Amino acid sequence: MLTFLRRRVLTSLLPLLAVVLGVFVLARLTGNPTALYLPENATAQAREQFSAANGFDKPIWSQLLDYLSGVVRLDFGTSLRTGESAAVMALRAFPATLQLAAVTMLLACLVGTAVGCWAALRPNGLADRVSSLLSMTAASVPDFWLAILGIWVFAIMLGVLPTSGVDAGGLSWVLPIAVLMLRPAGVLTQVVRGAMISALGSPYVKVARSKGAGERRVVARHALKNAAPPALTVAGDLAVGLINGAVVVESIFGWPGIGKLLIDAILQRDFAVLQAAVAITAISIFVLNIAIDIGYALLDARVRQKVGAAA
Amino acid sequence: MTAIGMEVSGLTVELTTPRGTTRAVDGVSFTAHRGRTLALLGESGCGKSMTAQAIVGLLEPIASVTAGSVQVDGEDLLKVSRKRRRQLAGPTLSIVFQDALTALNPVLKVGTQLAEPYRIHQRMPAKRARAKAIELMRHVGIPEPESRVDSYPHQFSGGMRQRLLIAMAVALSPKVLIADEPTTALDVTVQAQILALLAQLRKEHDMAVVLITHDLAVVAEEADTVAVMYSGRIVETGPVDEVFEDPRHPYTRGLLDSVPVETERGADLSSIPGAPPDLFAIPPGCPYQARCPLVQDVCRAERPALETRAGRAVACHLAEGTAQ
Repeated sequence: MLTFLRRRVLTSLLPLLAVVLGVFVLARLTGNPTALYLPENATAQAREQFSAANGFDKPIWSQLLDYLSGVVRLDFGTSLRTGESAAVMALRAFPATLQLAAVTMLLACLVGTAVGCWAALRPNGLADRVSSLLSMTAASVPDFWLAILGIWVFAIMLGVLPTSGVDAGGLSWVLPIAVLMLRPAGVLTQVVRGAMISALGSPYVKVARSKGAGERRVVARHALKNAAPPALTVAGDLAVGLINGAVVVESIFGWPGIGKLLIDAILQRDFAVLQAAVAITAISIFVLNIAIDIGYALLDARVRQKVGAAA
Repeated sequence: MTAIGMEVSGLTVELTTPRGTTRAVDGVSFTAHRGRTLALLGESGCGKSMTAQAIVGLLEPIASVTAGSVQVDGEDLLKVSRKRRRQLAGPTLSIVFQDALTALNPVLKVGTQLAEPYRIHQRMPAKRARAKAIELMRHVGIPEPESRVDSYPHQFSGGMRQRLLIAMAVALSPKVLIADEPTTALDVTVQAQILALLAQLRKEHDMAVVLITHDLAVVAEEADTVAVMYSGRIVETGPVDEVFEDPRHPYTRGLLDSVPVETERGADLSSIPGAPPDLFAIPPGCPYQARCPLVQDVCRAERPALETRAGRAVACHLAEGTAQ
């Protein structure tokens, strides 16, 4: 298992490096941010000074070397806007995103599993049809539209929830979570339903029933554990999407997370912060993928054995 | 005569499909005695597995029992509540399925699966149930059960997996054991071991065994009584040696003639021409008429009932005439 982890981490380093390089190159393609930060009537001398102070006057490969040597020391430079360490800013914003994503995924998994199982027990029954329609709708609605609709109905018309920010305590969480969890919950319902229908129709479930196992034991002990791997794959993808999609929803709800930081950094050409925010997002996605692989191994002995044999 | 383990009478199973409704099992009756083996013999699609599933109450949703009764210990399994059925599943009636690879849950340890009958029916604590599982594994001939109890199904060979399935089925010494093609997926050498194990357990637990198979050799070797099924019906039944010695139904005779015999080495192997009728287009009269070498007008007009003619139960209009 440890060998497996070590190898996974090592093979993750290459794509991680690609992301770190990519964000550097793409940011530089947008041009020199000096014009954005200095007043229009700034003297040529002042512009040169600003460029030199932030290293923008050096050739691009030299900037890249500076950047990379910083990255390996986990130093992403300082923010042009605030003068603060970019890494510190990213790390400060990250927990807000992580909390939102974790709570959302937890709820989406609970709802998806419960509704999916329920629908699978009576395929094509009323519950199945209704939940299929709802989950399909939920999975297809774009979240930025839903976010705006939610703000309009609950914050403006009814006035029961805050429009944005985190100052209203628990209430601030309601709309962002509701908007974010709808799609994952809908997709997971469909995946769990499909996996459970095939698990419940399998011979080992028949055998379990022939031993006198009740419905609860059949579902929870025999079918669900077999249906879990496909759901886990999809849940992992959805969680990644949630962290990526945070840019949109956090901007709409003024949520002080990594997504908002990222958008602000792009708008301000705050390269150091942008690079730090992208790096932390990429690292979290790699960690998530490794966690999913570990989840597979825990669920299924056949995977464990394969991993053990390959190590 | 030995005690009756299970009495099936008039069992009828209908399939509802987009093509219409049809009878997959049509008025099947037989009696299984304790300590004996009754073989349900027939080719694929004759309704023998459907009969087994109907008895244990595990039919697919498209199939439903429309008539008949299954008496075990004074109770009609087809009439009791679902809860009572679950209570009987294991201690009274048990089934061994054909494909042991898919019949064992791939993500649960075999020990957990073997312990389940004790956990469910006797509410035994996990530790004791595990000890019982080890005991069961040893009993059905699995080497080193103490270390193998925590293994997963894929870590066992086909024969060992079938042993595990059988162990699970006999855990609570049921009165009736249905074995649905238990050796079909196995090598010939392993087949013999599994059949021997079944016979040993049948004697130990005094079980009535219903052996479902298409293998004439298995029937000849293992069964006391045979019921030959064709197109959802039993067409001939009786003690195995009598039926095999002197088959009265043309179908039974056709089956027996298609077995290669040592003395006729080099001769052409005979076979029954044609195929069983489409379940959705069973002709009136005898279902075997299209393949029967002796077919007459009465066979096309009237369905023969399973009647005792000349001392044996046969469903054929010509039964008397064909006895030698």
